[in-house]
Amino acid sequence: MRGSKSLIDNIDWITVGLYLLLVLAGWLNIYAAVYNEEFESIFDTTQRYGKQLLWIGTAGIIATVILLIDERFFSTFGYFIYGFILSALVAVLLVGAATKGATSWFAIGGFKVQPSEFSKFATNLALAKYLSTLNIRMTDLKTKLTAVAIIGVPAILILLQNDTGSALVYGAFILVLFREGLSGNFLLIGLVSAFLFVITLIFQNDLYHFPFEIEITGGWMLIFVLAVLLSLVYYFNRKKKQVLLFVTVIFIASSGLVKSVDYVFNNILEPHQSKRINVMLGIESDPFGAGYNVNQSLIAIGSGGFFGKGYLKGTQTKYDFVPEQSTDFIFCTIGEEWGFIGSFVVITLFMALLLRILFLCSRQRSAFARIYGYGAAVIFFFHFTINIGMTIGLAPVIGIPLPFFSYGGSSLWAFTILLFVFIKMDADRLEVL
Amino acid sequence: MRQYESRRIIISAIFLIVGIIFLVRLFFVQVIDSQYKLDATNNVLRTIVKYPARGLIYDRNGTLLVYNEAAYDLMVVPKVIDEDFDTTGFCVLLEMTKDGFDERFNRAKNYSRYKASIFEKEISARSYAKIQEQLFNYPGFFVQTRTLRTYPKQTAAHMVGYVGEANPKIIEKDSYYKSGDYIGISGIEKHYEKVLRGKRGQEVQMVDVFNRPKGKFQDGAFDTTAVSGSNLKLTIDADLQSYGEKLMQNKKGSIVAIDPSTGEILTLISMPTYDPNLLVGRQRSKNYGKLSQDTLKPLFNRALMAAYPPGSTFKSINALIGLQEEVLTPSILYSCYRGYSFGGRKMGCHQHRSPVNLEFSIQISCNAYYCNVFRSIIDHYPTVEKGYNVWRTYVTNFGLGKKTGIDLPNELSGFVPKTDYYDRYYLKGKWHSTTILSLAIGQGELGFTPMQMANMVTAIANRGYYITPHIAKEINGQSITSFDSTIIRNETGIEAKYFNEVVEAMYKVVEKGTGTSAKIDSLQVCGKTGTVQNPHGDDHSTFIAFAPKDNPKIALSVYVENGYWGSRWAAPIAGLLIEQYLRDTITRPHIEKRMLEGNLIGTVPKITSNEGK
Repeated sequence: MRGSKSLIDNIDWITVGLYLLLVLAGWLNIYAAVYNEEFESIFDTTQRYGKQLLWIGTAGIIATVILLIDERFFSTFGYFIYGFILSALVAVLLVGAATKGATSWFAIGGFKVQPSEFSKFATNLALAKYLSTLNIRMTDLKTKLTAVAIIGVPAILILLQNDTGSALVYGAFILVLFREGLSGNFLLIGLVSAFLFVITLIFQNDLYHFPFEIEITGGWMLIFVLAVLLSLVYYFNRKKKQVLLFVTVIFIASSGLVKSVDYVFNNILEPHQSKRINVMLGIESDPFGAGYNVNQSLIAIGSGGFFGKGYLKGTQTKYDFVPEQSTDFIFCTIGEEWGFIGSFVVITLFMALLLRILFLCSRQRSAFARIYGYGAAVIFFFHFTINIGMTIGLAPVIGIPLPFFSYGGSSLWAFTILLFVFIKMDADRLEVL
Repeated sequence: MRQYESRRIIISAIFLIVGIIFLVRLFFVQVIDSQYKLDATNNVLRTIVKYPARGLIYDRNGTLLVYNEAAYDLMVVPKVIDEDFDTTGFCVLLEMTKDGFDERFNRAKNYSRYKASIFEKEISARSYAKIQEQLFNYPGFFVQTRTLRTYPKQTAAHMVGYVGEANPKIIEKDSYYKSGDYIGISGIEKHYEKVLRGKRGQEVQMVDVFNRPKGKFQDGAFDTTAVSGSNLKLTIDADLQSYGEKLMQNKKGSIVAIDPSTGEILTLISMPTYDPNLLVGRQRSKNYGKLSQDTLKPLFNRALMAAYPPGSTFKSINALIGLQEEVLTPSILYSCYRGYSFGGRKMGCHQHRSPVNLEFSIQISCNAYYCNVFRSIIDHYPTVEKGYNVWRTYVTNFGLGKKTGIDLPNELSGFVPKTDYYDRYYLKGKWHSTTILSLAIGQGELGFTPMQMANMVTAIANRGYYITPHIAKEINGQSITSFDSTIIRNETGIEAKYFNEVVEAMYKVVEKGTGTSAKIDSLQVCGKTGTVQNPHGDDHSTFIAFAPKDNPKIALSVYVENGYWGSRWAAPIAGLLIEQYLRDTITRPHIEKRMLEGNLIGTVPKITSNEGK
């Protein structure tokens, strides 16, 4: 039954096609971003676009190998792979090379490998394997704690590498847990906390003046407003059971959050991190400092207009006004040279890929494949959201790559593995009992 | 876990919402908001101004008076300077202190960290040669070439004027000028600004984030070349100008000399003067401050802007008016007993033979004679107003009391009162020819510039007319008279035959009258001395002259402030200048020596000899 004929029939070529389109578009845009008249050949391997072509070629080999491996390999060796990556993450902390303040690379000869890129795949594999175990229920506290541990350990190790951006990606797994039965309240609490966090940052430095020379800081003012709102909630629901307890717990929790934001912001986050968040929220304006990247990025994208300036004609990206343009800010090249049309196409391609994966998940018989698929989707989604969000000033500048677009071997390989393992699972779905 | 399948919808919705938010945001940023497109242009396009070379200025003989010398503005892009920058070495190279460096650097940084701005202005070619060799060691710094005016003859500062950077007020008024442009501020540089400035060019470059040029924008479709300014040939004789300035050293005053046949100005001297090179380049504001605070007012162009009463030199004009009005004939005699008495008062005069005829009256400068002449002009008419107006018309016909129309800025009109002035001052009907009798001897309210006086002499030399005086001779080799319609022949309304009487008398002044110190062997010099009463100090010495008597080649007026009698300073200086111009030699070195050594800026030696008035 397991002939190559049926494999070709069973592969979801739509997903593969979307992958190829994204990778090809990424390569062309890297060429545009680092375009240099002296090295005009797109195949010149001394330049980034030439190297990226090498990465793409090897990624193709990796994808083919994955498609030829037995699907059961991944479920069987899931924990092993996870364990291997965890030790790699520990090792990189001890012997890794530092780039831009983050110790996240192994330098092997001329190559540099970033284990944190691959740990997303490994964590997803381990999480899927754990949650697909028989008799596992998301409502159990033990299940929750174990899942959080599987996600949290690599996240903490990456945080220790000083690579906050990559660590934050692991937060996306909350959507997988939600899909597998985690109460929606956790999502809601997460959202409300984020909202309160932002609101607190905006108001924390304000002073409110009242008669009799009473001055109230923004933090206390927020707590006061919360108290009033929750009293109203209690008043209108006073006949229901346990409302008082519920309201009181919420009040204490949110007050605690509000008061701790100041502490977190000023004592836990690095100054450049708090500054980036402040700039994004519009609390600070610093167009030549922390806000420079975003400002120049917006100028590049905004100057593209509806139709764009044309391929290789983007002045802002070509003349280096946008920093990190072949990696984190690759979307600027798309926005400037291809205009709104190009942006629209890229976003639509990503949306199509994400929704296609969710669709494929629904037709999986095995929980393992389905959970893995969701994990892959939310990782892509998180990268997509933060990366494009930061280039258009909707997210703080967190240096994480745009899947398939950004220059870099490790990330391209890791995203390819992440996707093709799922494509392989999907291709073999009918063989699962 | 199939029971949670519906959560796929929620997760899909979250994906889609983010996608839609991004598209809305992108539509706003890329399609609706145009600010980013402007910012992008500002980022990447640099307009490099191509400054045209300003026109050169020559004297009438082709001697170069003003040319351009390259100067260099040192520019800096602050962002490129990092902590590895060798500040100490750079300060040594530029001969500046660390504080000076910090001050300039911070100024540039405050302007923009990414755009180039001027670090040090107008570095001379000599300093630049040294800096250039090492500049490559200091990334972030580069030079932009400018030109600065240079004055090799160091003469005629007031007339040539100076250029400076266009200030915001000028830029607002004239859209041609942009910040950093040079503009003529005074003198020729100002009046012929449009001729000299040329046409600015530009090159639109694309630059990268470090301001490194990356090529022409749209293959140079917006580029224009700079067109050099036109060259200007002046009517000035630079040698005569320098010689005049030398004779006038350590004195205050002015000399204006004109070629009567053409109205071309040969010299225009205002003393004390300054080296025009002082008002160029980096030292300009320092030097300007010094000059403007100098109590001798070296920046003040006395030739055009100082009004003095004409003094006795004006007697020639009154004689001419009297002759034309036929109230005077050359043979009429008036007696003078040390002055002219009227209504219980007396206008004094010095001791001389009496009675006096026209020729002798000019020759010895008799006050009483002109009181008689003036009164007979005014009182010849039924009312004093009418008589005065007739007199005034003749005076203004000599170019007095109004602008001569010289092609230089800030010319003073001078002053000849109108009747309403006296009506206000003395009340209408309460003034008579005797009230204003000081006009007879060129005193009183009259105020003329040395320029106007020289022009007046021109009219006498020409026996009845003058050509509008001008200082530009050719623009790019083309005669100024061919296109400047303001240069015309102006008639005085007095017949030539009357002039001959006065000219003969003026010849006698130099031959054997008050102006013998201007006498030159075998040259027929005509002149008239004057002593201008000065309420603020010692009287001013003045002399008007032209030569030769027939077909005059030069007419001039000389004012020497606080120089007492016209014969003491003004007449000898005029004589030396005439000889220098017409003969190119000096036959009376002892007079030249006395003039060169004369110092009137300190105390003036008391007059003891019987020099003429």
